[in-house]
Amino acid sequence: MLQTLGHLPIGWLLIAPLAAAGFFAFTIGRTQVAALPTGSSISARLNSQPNYHGYFLAFSTILPATVLFLVYLIFADSYVRGVMVSELPVYLTERGPEQVDQFLERVAQHTQSRGRDATGIALFDASVARYAQLTGIARIIGILFAVLASYAGFAWGRRQLDRSFPARSHVEQIINGLLFVCAGIVILTTVGIVLSLVFETIRFFSTPDGPGILEFLFGTNWNAQTGQNFGAVPLFFGTFMIALLAMFVAVPIGLFSAIYLSEYASPDFRNWAKPVLELLAGIPTVVYGFFAASLIAPLVRGLAQWINALPFTPDNLLAAQPTNALAAGLVMGIMIIPFVSSLSDDVIKAVPQSLRDGALAVGATRSETITQVVLPAALPGIIAAVLLAVSRAIGETMIVVMAAGGRALITLDPTSDITTVTYQIVALLTGDTSFDSAKTLSAFALGFALFGVTLVFNIFALRVVARYRDVYD
Amino acid sequence: MTEAAPPESSARDERLRKRRRAEQRFQFYGMFAIGLAITFLAVLLVAIAAKSLSAFSHHVIELEIDRPDLAAHDDLSVTDTNLAVRDTLLDQFPELADDRRERQDLFGLAPRLAVLPLTRDLQKNPTRAERPIRTQLVLSDDMDLYLKSEFDRHRSVQVGAAGRLARTSAGSYRLTDAGPDGFIAFQDSLGTFGKDRDDILISLSGAWFELTRISGAALVLNHLAGPVPDLGEQNAAPIEAVLLASKSADRKVSNRQIALAILLAGKGQIKKRFNANLFLNADSNYPELAGAAAAIVGSIFTMLVTAIFAIPVGVLAAVYLEEFATKSRLTELIEININNLAAVPSIIFGLLGAAVFLNTFGLPRSVPLVGGLVLGLLVLPTIIIASRAALRAVPSSIRAAALGLGASQTQAVFHHVLPLAAPGILTGAIIAMARALGETAPLLLIGMVAFVSEVPASPRDEATALPVIIYKWFSGAERAWEPMTAAVIIILLVVLVAMNLVATLLRRRFERRF
Repeated sequence: MLQTLGHLPIGWLLIAPLAAAGFFAFTIGRTQVAALPTGSSISARLNSQPNYHGYFLAFSTILPATVLFLVYLIFADSYVRGVMVSELPVYLTERGPEQVDQFLERVAQHTQSRGRDATGIALFDASVARYAQLTGIARIIGILFAVLASYAGFAWGRRQLDRSFPARSHVEQIINGLLFVCAGIVILTTVGIVLSLVFETIRFFSTPDGPGILEFLFGTNWNAQTGQNFGAVPLFFGTFMIALLAMFVAVPIGLFSAIYLSEYASPDFRNWAKPVLELLAGIPTVVYGFFAASLIAPLVRGLAQWINALPFTPDNLLAAQPTNALAAGLVMGIMIIPFVSSLSDDVIKAVPQSLRDGALAVGATRSETITQVVLPAALPGIIAAVLLAVSRAIGETMIVVMAAGGRALITLDPTSDITTVTYQIVALLTGDTSFDSAKTLSAFALGFALFGVTLVFNIFALRVVARYRDVYD
Repeated sequence: MTEAAPPESSARDERLRKRRRAEQRFQFYGMFAIGLAITFLAVLLVAIAAKSLSAFSHHVIELEIDRPDLAAHDDLSVTDTNLAVRDTLLDQFPELADDRRERQDLFGLAPRLAVLPLTRDLQKNPTRAERPIRTQLVLSDDMDLYLKSEFDRHRSVQVGAAGRLARTSAGSYRLTDAGPDGFIAFQDSLGTFGKDRDDILISLSGAWFELTRISGAALVLNHLAGPVPDLGEQNAAPIEAVLLASKSADRKVSNRQIALAILLAGKGQIKKRFNANLFLNADSNYPELAGAAAAIVGSIFTMLVTAIFAIPVGVLAAVYLEEFATKSRLTELIEININNLAAVPSIIFGLLGAAVFLNTFGLPRSVPLVGGLVLGLLVLPTIIIASRAALRAVPSSIRAAALGLGASQTQAVFHHVLPLAAPGILTGAIIAMARALGETAPLLLIGMVAFVSEVPASPRDEATALPVIIYKWFSGAERAWEPMTAAVIIILLVVLVAMNLVATLLRRRFERRF
């Protein structure tokens, strides 16, 4: 019976009885209060509408059980695994925690997906049976406690219901609390990101194979896949080089587009050109990656080979690799155009009309007004826009994974296949990974560096934008 | 104006002209920049669409399998049907049965697993095999690509009338000309090709040969397919030569397979049809059999989890921040957090998912449940920002009126403000979901790039997603993966355009300006 329960995939089904209990409690609460005799004097009137009494009862029934359900979700699995590990034969536990984890993972998969089909391996089948039994026990305990808790909540809440009971304000407080929890998830996310990155980075630097912090930050030799060289300078170099190439494309095109759209274009033109430009931002990056790798990279390579073959250039002037930094940078630049243009558009439009009028009134042409009055006034905002775009380029993943290369080189040659931080993170963490080797942990150190750099860029840019908005608003 | 100016002020004129030219140049730069950006977009879309076209159709070979013994099989396997298909092919081309390499050319027309649909069909109702079955098998990716690209570039020429056909000791054939010409005209026309010419196939009374060389007044031929006519005089049967567009060493399809394709196409057994596999099959190692069904379903599950998690949480958080929160350090911290999270690279969320959901909570790898949660966290700031903008657009007079009539703040917000802001919130949510749908990097890090050969049935099954399969197929070695990848991109883009259209229509239809 316990085993059968353990095999059932019922985690999600528990939500249905919970919802039913809530609905039941709501109806009870509402009808109970609605049936109370009421009069016209203040003390004889209902403090809150019957509906709110219903909501109150529903909340007091559901919330304790929900909390227990969350506790179950978090702790049940580790309880089951803990017991399993303590019962496994010694020859398996001796092979290290990684092996044990993999074994338990397979057991869990088997228990959930394939039921009780025997595999014929005695240890495995016994483990599956035991796992199912333990899961069953955990579930029984969980369900029992949930039922008890919701019944207790229901009974308690029902005692509260009365004519004078301020159900509405209680319900609103609960709603307020729930809203706050939702908003708090954002903080939790940030905390989760920072904690996981910091924690794994510390583990990385303390593994025996791991490098020292100085070696990581200033070493120029990176070979994490096969060797133990963790000098990340080539990766940072590649990242910034490709971001720079992207900026060469994105900044002029984006800035001139923004100037034209905000200063020259007729409203009709603006109305269709702006959404079309923003389409560029809506295309998934994996599509850009495909475009860069299958169309632009061969073009760049052909061009580089042509340059190499010119009579006055040495034959090995350019690396001319099939995947190259230039292709990735160019296409990334195209992707970033709308970021630069729409942010610059906003700041250019925020420049007060009186400045333009003044310049035009003393005889400046429109272009002179723009270059000598509007742009200098908008400069901080434009710089912020460019910084946000750079941070976007640094964190971009799919384009470099598909179109740039995997070789950790420091070279100024844009046709060589240099690598980036994001490329290495994907390369290190794709496929079967264990969280113990220096190889996988190095991805988190890289991620931490990436997070730090983009955060600095973002905070700086957002500050500038915010202050700038204050000045002219 | 310049015409009207007095002649003595020519220096001023010159300066004015210069400034005007500078003005025009500047304006041109702006137009040029926009034009360039739009051209990029157009090139990208057209190039990918052009690449994808060939993947939406594929060639099949139609066979009539007459093997009643298949019905008697208890557990019919792919091997059984495959053997039946091979027998059928050999029945059609008995001349290829003796040589192993010749048989391989014949069997290589279709991949081994092409019989999978037929096998499943027969497993369900075995009695079907009692009568001859007409079935269509997918051609191999190389053959399919050849038919799509080069087959139409074959040039056919009449060589002359056949004289004697003789067999040489080396196993090849010698064919002489019946006329007085001695293939001179043919050789002359070949002269334009030079020594390094492409391969030539020769057809004589239903048999196909490849031309190895011309020795004197005779063609030296290798037999490829089709029944060899009786040796000796050929009664001036017409000889046809097909000039191919490539050499067999340069392509993956052999000359014999091309001859077979010509023969089969002549009988109407090779057909081009819509590639439904793309939408119905799960992933496969063979591009000709692979489909995006598992990825589509995986994406749907992932989006479902994302929507269930991120939309309520995001909207409620926005309601809290916009309507309830008093200005405090904590709410300020939340605000800063939202703005920063919106700009954090997506791959960092992948690292978060790998470290927290997989490592700490021990959730399984490669499942839409985890993918959806990670993407939910990723788009949460976007949804909050859009929802806040929509809430802010509702004029405060609405709130004031509700409060003035005695509603509590919660009532004012949930009964009046939120419904009025709903279209804007929904639009923002749809756009955020569109962004989540195209996101790839976080899914790679939580293992949704695994090979999944079955369509997932629940968010807890191993799955992959549309953008991930684009990345995965793109990395495939065979040439046929490229159009397949482009085709999936087109599917993804169509879905994204549809989502954005819905969002735009919603905004147009329901948006109220106050």
